[in-house]
Amino acid sequence: MKSFMLSLFLCSLLFAGFSQGDKYTAVMQKNIASLDAAKTVGALQDVAASFERVGDAEKTQWLPYYYAALAQTRIGWLPEVKDKDANAVQIKKYLAKAEAIEKNAELYAVENMVATQQMLVDPQTRWQTNGQEAAAALQAGLKLDPNNPRLYYLQGESLFGTPAQFGGGKDKAKPVFEKSVALFKSAQPKPLYPTWGQQQAEDKLAKCQ
Amino acid sequence: MKQLFFIFNLILLSRLTMAQVLISGKIKDAKGRPVQGASIALKDSYDGATSDSTGHFNFKTTEKGARLLTVSSIGFRAFEQAITIADGPILVDVPLKEEPNELKAVIITAGSFAAGDSKRGAVMSSLDIATTAGSNADITAALKTLPGAQQVGEQEGLFVRGGAGYEAKQYIDGTLVNNPYNTSVPDIAQRGRFSPFLFKGTVFSTGGYSALYGQALSSVLLLESIDLPEKSEVDATLSPLFVGLGTQQLAKDKKSSWGINYGYTNVGLYFNAVKQTPDYFKVPQFHSGDANFRFKTKRGGMVKYYTTFAHSTLGLRRPDIDSSYLKNAFDVRNNNWYNNLSWREYLGKGWKMTLGTGYSTNKDNLLLQVQDAGNKQKVFSNAVYWMNGKNVSLVNRQDLAQVKAVFDKKLGAISSIRFGGEYQHAYNTTRYNDTLRKLIDNYSAAFAESDIFITNALAAKIGLRAEYTSVINKAAIAPRLSLAYKTGKDGQVSVAYGVFYQKPENQQLFYTNQLGFTKATHYIINYQKMTIERVFRVEAYYKKYDDLIKTIPNNYYYSNYNNAGSGYARGIEIFWRDKKSIQNFDYWISYSFLDTKRDYLNFTEQLTPNFAAKHTASLVMKRFFTKIKTGFNFTYSYATGRPYYNFLISNGNKYYIADQGKAKDFNSLNFSMEYVPSVGKTNAKSFVVWFASISNILGYNAVYGYNYSYNGMIKQPIIPTANRFYFIGCFISWGVDRTQDAINNNL
Repeated sequence: MKSFMLSLFLCSLLFAGFSQGDKYTAVMQKNIASLDAAKTVGALQDVAASFERVGDAEKTQWLPYYYAALAQTRIGWLPEVKDKDANAVQIKKYLAKAEAIEKNAELYAVENMVATQQMLVDPQTRWQTNGQEAAAALQAGLKLDPNNPRLYYLQGESLFGTPAQFGGGKDKAKPVFEKSVALFKSAQPKPLYPTWGQQQAEDKLAKCQ
Repeated sequence: MKQLFFIFNLILLSRLTMAQVLISGKIKDAKGRPVQGASIALKDSYDGATSDSTGHFNFKTTEKGARLLTVSSIGFRAFEQAITIADGPILVDVPLKEEPNELKAVIITAGSFAAGDSKRGAVMSSLDIATTAGSNADITAALKTLPGAQQVGEQEGLFVRGGAGYEAKQYIDGTLVNNPYNTSVPDIAQRGRFSPFLFKGTVFSTGGYSALYGQALSSVLLLESIDLPEKSEVDATLSPLFVGLGTQQLAKDKKSSWGINYGYTNVGLYFNAVKQTPDYFKVPQFHSGDANFRFKTKRGGMVKYYTTFAHSTLGLRRPDIDSSYLKNAFDVRNNNWYNNLSWREYLGKGWKMTLGTGYSTNKDNLLLQVQDAGNKQKVFSNAVYWMNGKNVSLVNRQDLAQVKAVFDKKLGAISSIRFGGEYQHAYNTTRYNDTLRKLIDNYSAAFAESDIFITNALAAKIGLRAEYTSVINKAAIAPRLSLAYKTGKDGQVSVAYGVFYQKPENQQLFYTNQLGFTKATHYIINYQKMTIERVFRVEAYYKKYDDLIKTIPNNYYYSNYNNAGSGYARGIEIFWRDKKSIQNFDYWISYSFLDTKRDYLNFTEQLTPNFAAKHTASLVMKRFFTKIKTGFNFTYSYATGRPYYNFLISNGNKYYIADQGKAKDFNSLNFSMEYVPSVGKTNAKSFVVWFASISNILGYNAVYGYNYSYNGMIKQPIIPTANRFYFIGCFISWGVDRTQDAINNNL
């Protein structure tokens, strides 16, 4: 009986650990995998909501909200999604929750993408507002983490998408993508931390050649 | 040990396969329609789901006992329901309530065009005003491409829906602008005094406007100045017609700024190159200087001060219509000083205060002369009084001091009420030869208005304005009402009704104060469908004019006035803007149909006034080619011919129509282009814009109306001073961080 009580006690300890630590890790891993697989608005919405629930339950983790925002940003890149401003409201809601816990370069990367999505709705009139916002987010992010490969990738994208006569173009984007790829190669992300962007940066670099 | 292991496994197993409970249901909105993409969560757990396109959701949970089910979806109020999880499945149907949302809510659009960069529902941006061909960065000229405004080329002002130019008023940051245009010159429309780049938002109301404004029978133009500039810079403008230099300085903490500008216009060079019909013995010259400071208050409010001073001179000569060898000379010297101080403050608890105060003074020295072949004044005896009446010296002065306060209180999320008052003290004098006349008016008004959103889809704006003007000792109460209803995602219908009063003009009040307010009643219905890239609007209206001023002639010189006039205006207007169909190509089309008649001033009966065309249309096109960094803009405007009349006084001292007719149709094709070599260059030391324009490329000979000789035997067409207008200029600005090195590099 003594041993029974002991085992019960041990098990409860185990569970406590399991539910608070391992369960979080397990769910996050599962959700990150779903995010990588998600292609449709519905699937992305699902995974964003799922991340948000994890964030709401955990209360002290910024990563779930970050991924929720990232999933919502992927929705924003889909051409069938017309109302980028409404989508941006949702992204910013997730971002605000994450930033309430921690403000870091990865979140600035998402901020840059939201602003870019809104700018692209009407670049001629919006480059002064949303365009500036995107650039400011990039600068703020690089200040916090000068070796963030994703920020360089996004900077490269911005240069790549800007016509040469406006100060962009392949020549300008190439060294930035090169730097991004180099940083990706040497990066050692912590568990569950974002890893996306290397493939995209390499693809874009190839297009700059 | 074996036992222990067994128990461990048992517990682990039971934990993992613990009876899962299915929670399912449907999410609906207030109208019972399914809500897709709502997030359902069991509070403080990872469990939950997202609703599908039919609003359904289901998920399994291992949680037990009393829990909170939360549902959230953008645009809806968050929903929470306590549930108790036992063994059986749980079915919850969730009705979501719409969240009041400014972005989604209907906006009242009847009778108003919003323009600006921050304005929701804006049909034009500030840049549009500058890049509309034919506007040459004149706000009024750009607004003439919108429906409702007439293509009047011989007088400045906005002639809106059968209203005269003086029946439209302009406001900057809530306070009235007394002299928005340069001094009138006979038969030549003058530019507005204010650059479109001063403003971040413009609302052009073509009728049914808010109770916050009054004393305009047809229209108000509301200009909202920019808060703080984006950065410090030094600007220069170079053109054969104009030079300007100025700076804007933004404090490091981005909480305050100041700026000064100076500009000098001299069209002498231009008039040498492009022949003008009148003989300009004094080439038009303008000196203008302005200064501003602005700062943010601790509570997030804003204080702005703007002042501008202008001095201008002009003199021109035309052949005299009553003789074959004499000439009429017109000489004007103008000084204008305008001041505007405004303070916007958040008082907490949803209260907002806007205070505005202004002082302006305007003085015109006018000299009208009949001159002989040697350009010497010719004086006539009183027997030829009609010629004598053309030798006049006039000094006009208008001073206006005013204060206005508006208090705004938010009710709930987006509804609000506002109320306040204004007071204007006007001091006007006119010296006609040796006779000095003085006019002082104290005008006060109190107003209240509510913006009530019954739902996001239905809004009402109810307003009331009480006004009193001392010069005629009359008071009036003007009700205003508008409703808007959203018919679909982008479409909406609005209606507006309002009563508008306006005191008689100074030139009548100088002679009599036995007059009442003139009055207009507006009824407007509007449908609008708007997306980011396309706008479609159609609007119909009916306006009734009462108590318009009538002129009762005593003799050639003097008249009496009364309020016996009346009239109406009705019409349909269509606006379509499309940035989507052709890539990088932006165009809009405006069409106005106007049927109006009024009996006022010297009219013998209700007649279509000479500023009203039946059909008016504009096509505005813009395209920017990024490859060559150049934008090309075309504007084509068309209006059917406007009527003209010659009213003469009969022996019984009554007006009769000696002649009348209809001028020919108006056509104008305008072109402008901008070349922006440094656009997008992030490390550019300066930002340069080259601008060039040609108005009336096709050289169409416009006739705005006719002038008549004293006896009515001779009539001469009123035509523009030159067939085409050309402009070329270069605008340079240096961002402050690089100003020094840009200057150093050029030295």
